[in-house]
Amino acid sequence: MTTATPARTPRTPRTPRTPRTARPVPGGPALAAVLKAEGRLFLREPGSLFWILGFPTALLVILGLIPSFRESNPDLGGRRVIDLYVPVAVLLGMIMASIQAMPPVLSSYRERGILRRMSTTPVRPLAILGAQIALHGAAMIVSALIAITTGRLAFGVALPFSRPGYVLTMLLMTGCALALGATLAAIAATTKAATAIGSVAFILMMFTSGVWLPVQAMPDLLRTVVGLTPFGAAAQALDQAMLGTWPNWSYLGIMALWAAGLTGAASRWFRWE
Amino acid sequence: MPPRPDPRDAPVMQRTTPLIEVTDLRKAYAGRPAVDGVSFTVEEGEIFGILGPNGAGKTTTVECVEGLRVPDSGTVRVAGLDPVTDREEVTRLLGSQLQESELQPKILVREALELYAALYPNPADWRALAERLGLVDKLATRFAKLSGGQKQRLSIALALIGNPRAVVLDELTTGLDPRARRDTWKLIEDVRDSGVTVLLVTHFMEEAQRLCDRIAVIDKGRVAAMDSPAGLIRRSAGSTVITFVPSRPLDNADLVALPEVATVDHKGDQVTLTGTDATVNAVITLLAQKRVTARQLRVVDATLDDAFLDLTEEHESATPGRAA
Repeated sequence: MTTATPARTPRTPRTPRTPRTARPVPGGPALAAVLKAEGRLFLREPGSLFWILGFPTALLVILGLIPSFRESNPDLGGRRVIDLYVPVAVLLGMIMASIQAMPPVLSSYRERGILRRMSTTPVRPLAILGAQIALHGAAMIVSALIAITTGRLAFGVALPFSRPGYVLTMLLMTGCALALGATLAAIAATTKAATAIGSVAFILMMFTSGVWLPVQAMPDLLRTVVGLTPFGAAAQALDQAMLGTWPNWSYLGIMALWAAGLTGAASRWFRWE
Repeated sequence: MPPRPDPRDAPVMQRTTPLIEVTDLRKAYAGRPAVDGVSFTVEEGEIFGILGPNGAGKTTTVECVEGLRVPDSGTVRVAGLDPVTDREEVTRLLGSQLQESELQPKILVREALELYAALYPNPADWRALAERLGLVDKLATRFAKLSGGQKQRLSIALALIGNPRAVVLDELTTGLDPRARRDTWKLIEDVRDSGVTVLLVTHFMEEAQRLCDRIAVIDKGRVAAMDSPAGLIRRSAGSTVITFVPSRPLDNADLVALPEVATVDHKGDQVTLTGTDATVNAVITLLAQKRVTARQLRVVDATLDDAFLDLTEEHESATPGRAA
């Protein structure tokens, strides 16, 4: 028990009560309690945990087991296919968390009246949404670390952590993906709708991040168009960072614009009931 | 109806400011008024019932008290505070149990109690609450696995966990089996006895009659009547129902002429009168005078059901089946 439940003397009936205006609203401890409770609930969703944390790396490993993908490919400037798929796995974890996992949770909290229930307490229901968003963001980062580490250990793919452009792109894209998931939860009236809209968005985002065909291998025109989408821009930026150059500001700018626009859309359209 | 010496019937007017004060509340959805000029006050320490048919505007009314909805016009005060502008203070004074509100399906009862305790500056001891509400065996159970009655007990615990001065309970016993409903009533009385004011929304007459000190009957967004349950029953046209089968037919004119008789109804040989205690005495006298014996004589106090039908009838003109 870390939450504040001081032992209180039993209340005697009809005692005159002292005004409670002097006490501040429990900000920090209350928010920490919400985060803790939601964190436990997050860990009780084995399906979400597998798709976010396990699946991207599993796909990476399967692709890495194909011998030709581990050989240097002149069409890719001498790089191997597996080198291109580590950033894809990083983005795939983000797609799983933001589009598959998070919107149905947020919608169901609205649908079940959990947000309304919280609005009758001193803590605003934004706290519970914020906790879920933060947890999914953290899961994205963990998923990325698992994929990157596996790529290094199993297939000798270079670690990107010495490259600030890579880290910056990852963080920016995490924010962008969370905003995208929040927007889906905002526009979907029901949990069912959130899942349905999510499935369509899911296919699109998988394609633009290069799951089926790495963005670098796409024809020029397609690559340009895909580069305007958040996951397409992120795929390009991560690739540039891996090649040792600073990502184009246009890609970073596209991600920042999407992040800002989607955050605005989510906060404007989100309905609390 | 003999006046019973029920302390709950005692007027509560001498107390100073009411804890909850609703004045001329109006709220419309898409131009259709849901609440259309509702006023009432809830005094500290009472169980105040809001009774009405489905769709009467009960829930909208209490949602305005809880600060979940912004009234179109009128004022709502909880301990002098506005639930919309003084939201944080009001949420600390007022615990809520919402109609059809769930918790996260996989949250354990213990975790829910801990979580909600942490949201308040002066929480009650959640272990003591769990014990009081019979949830100790269920602390390690997920919300989704609880029975309807257990969920409702948990929702009462969560409504009380901030040590509120008042709780709003909205359709608390809807969907419960009769036994769980009775257990819940006992809990509500315990809550009141511990000094917490209760604002109870219900459409069960029996529940309102048993629990409430005062009731506002809401119909079509308006207060149709406000009184103690006994007062509401007394107010209705026939608060006492007398039925009997006379040994030979009685002249209808004699029956209608009885003092304070409200309705006279013949069904086969059976005569049904509604009226008051005075009518009962007069019927017995009349039967004696006419040397008529009465078989199957029953004298029954009208219930809140009858009063409720009377009250809502006034609004929508006559309902068949209660004609004289």
